[in-house]
Amino acid sequence: MAALLLSPTAVVLALVIAYPLISAIHQSLYADQTGIDADGFVTEGETFVGLGNYLNLLTGDAGDRFLNAFANTTFFTLTTVSLETILGLILALAMNRAFRGRSFLRASILIPWAVPTAVSGLLWRWIFQSDGIANNLLGSEILWTAEGAASKIAVIVAEVWKTAPFIGLLVLAGMQVIPEEVYEAAKIDGAGWWRQLGSITLPLVKPTLLVAVLFRLLDALRMFDLPFVLIGPGKDSVETLSMLAWDESNQLRYGSASAFAVILFLYVAVVAVVFVKVLGADVTGTKELRLARKKTRSQKAGPAS
Amino acid sequence: MTITELRSLSQTQSNKAVLAPKKPRWGSYTVYAGLAAILIYCLAPFYWMIVSSLRRTADIFDNSLLPAPFSLENYVKVFDGSTMFGQALLNSLIVAGVTTAAALVLGIFAAYAISRLNFRFKSVILGVIIATSMFPGISVVVPLLKFFTNIGWINTYQAMIVPNLSFAIPLAVWNLTTFMKSLPFDLEEAAMIDGCTKWQAFRKVLLPLAAPGIFTTAILTFIHSWNEFIIALSMVNDPRIQTATVAISKFTGATEFQAPFGEQMAAGVIVTIPLVIMVLVFQRRIVEGLTSGAGK
Repeated sequence: MAALLLSPTAVVLALVIAYPLISAIHQSLYADQTGIDADGFVTEGETFVGLGNYLNLLTGDAGDRFLNAFANTTFFTLTTVSLETILGLILALAMNRAFRGRSFLRASILIPWAVPTAVSGLLWRWIFQSDGIANNLLGSEILWTAEGAASKIAVIVAEVWKTAPFIGLLVLAGMQVIPEEVYEAAKIDGAGWWRQLGSITLPLVKPTLLVAVLFRLLDALRMFDLPFVLIGPGKDSVETLSMLAWDESNQLRYGSASAFAVILFLYVAVVAVVFVKVLGADVTGTKELRLARKKTRSQKAGPAS
Repeated sequence: MTITELRSLSQTQSNKAVLAPKKPRWGSYTVYAGLAAILIYCLAPFYWMIVSSLRRTADIFDNSLLPAPFSLENYVKVFDGSTMFGQALLNSLIVAGVTTAAALVLGIFAAYAISRLNFRFKSVILGVIIATSMFPGISVVVPLLKFFTNIGWINTYQAMIVPNLSFAIPLAVWNLTTFMKSLPFDLEEAAMIDGCTKWQAFRKVLLPLAAPGIFTTAILTFIHSWNEFIIALSMVNDPRIQTATVAISKFTGATEFQAPFGEQMAAGVIVTIPLVIMVLVFQRRIVEGLTSGAGK
């Protein structure tokens, strides 16, 4: 019975997940070659190159491009997720205080989340135009959408705008289940706002926050649409692993494209496993224990503030 | 004490009304200032897109807060046929609609099995299904692109719908399982004691009860599929089959330096409006759906 109900899902997932994965690994061991054979005919075929595609990533021109894309992916993931987390927490804290107009706020905070990434790419491309509103407001003449550090900043700003509300919403949901009595008790004990934040709110929303951050990390690692639309394909300063793999497959170099796809998959998997391990280690500790630990820690740090 | 501490203290006091409100006005001002900042943060870029879309091409580089001569020129141009934008919207609707329907049907069966039946490796199966949602889109696209080229699926709807299921099914199964687990089993049990078969208990008791959860899942899946980009970009190059997100990204003018920004903004507004309406109408459900998984 259960097998019968699960089998359609299993079949589809096998086709769209398992097959691509195996096929990508297989494909990444081959190289497409277009050459002229002894009789002067053009031959197209695939030759087995073993780990050749992977070795190519570490050397030569392709290697530089790969390392650059890898560095960009890592850089964007680290910067955007940390900014989003901080901003999301602030958003959640502010919304948690709002009593009137909360549903209006919640609707408006959902709008950046709902805007398709491709549209938000266009929107920010327009804002960051050389004679656009961003330069106008800043009084600067920066070429945001060309190559260089400015384009990195443009991508980060656009990405954070779209996704910080998502973290904010998840964290807000976590905050709203904290019973009011805990705060009352803390207030009677003389805890100020910062103490309440550090000793109650943050430890109690931590599980929710960690899940939200994990979602965002995995999503940021596969970033594609935003730099693709905002800056464009084939720009060194914003090229991510997804864009590099897409570009290679567009050039019909399926072998190296598959190698990039496999590497990205492994990267995502490693980050997920490491994060879940950290998360799992945390789940084992009971809430009370963690709260107590936090309390003693903040007591130690208390006189300083 | 720093100013921020003072401010936050007064916020706490005025809101929770625990202590005598010494500075109630200041406190409420900072709260409102904070909320206004959030509103501006969330809405200003979106507002700018709407305003720009309503300008004439001639004054597209105006930076006034309202479109000075109000004009629907860009919207007319978007639909004037040369870009096939209307067709792209229809394609998006078809692809997102079929993806959502398929993911829901498969998801309901799978979620029922996971939440109501006992079998071995249950948590492993759920874990695997959720893990697949982390799969990077490009790792699906590259191998399937080659496969679909071989079987002649390039430039078809199914070439977008089937890969879309790679993220839609995990999303649907995860949401529906969480929701069904929260529903009491007693009612179905009572129905079965009264002579219902398992199928009848499922169809007449569980399904109506789960309707809100199914609806929420449908909205989320639809939004995700509507916003999908990399699959649609890779699998289709025929403008007649293209989805709206891809179509607007290809809205380029004659040269790179003369992109038709007004039209792009108008098209962006049109693509986003269905989602904004959904968000406004169903915000409570969407937030529930988004947070149900993470909160557990």
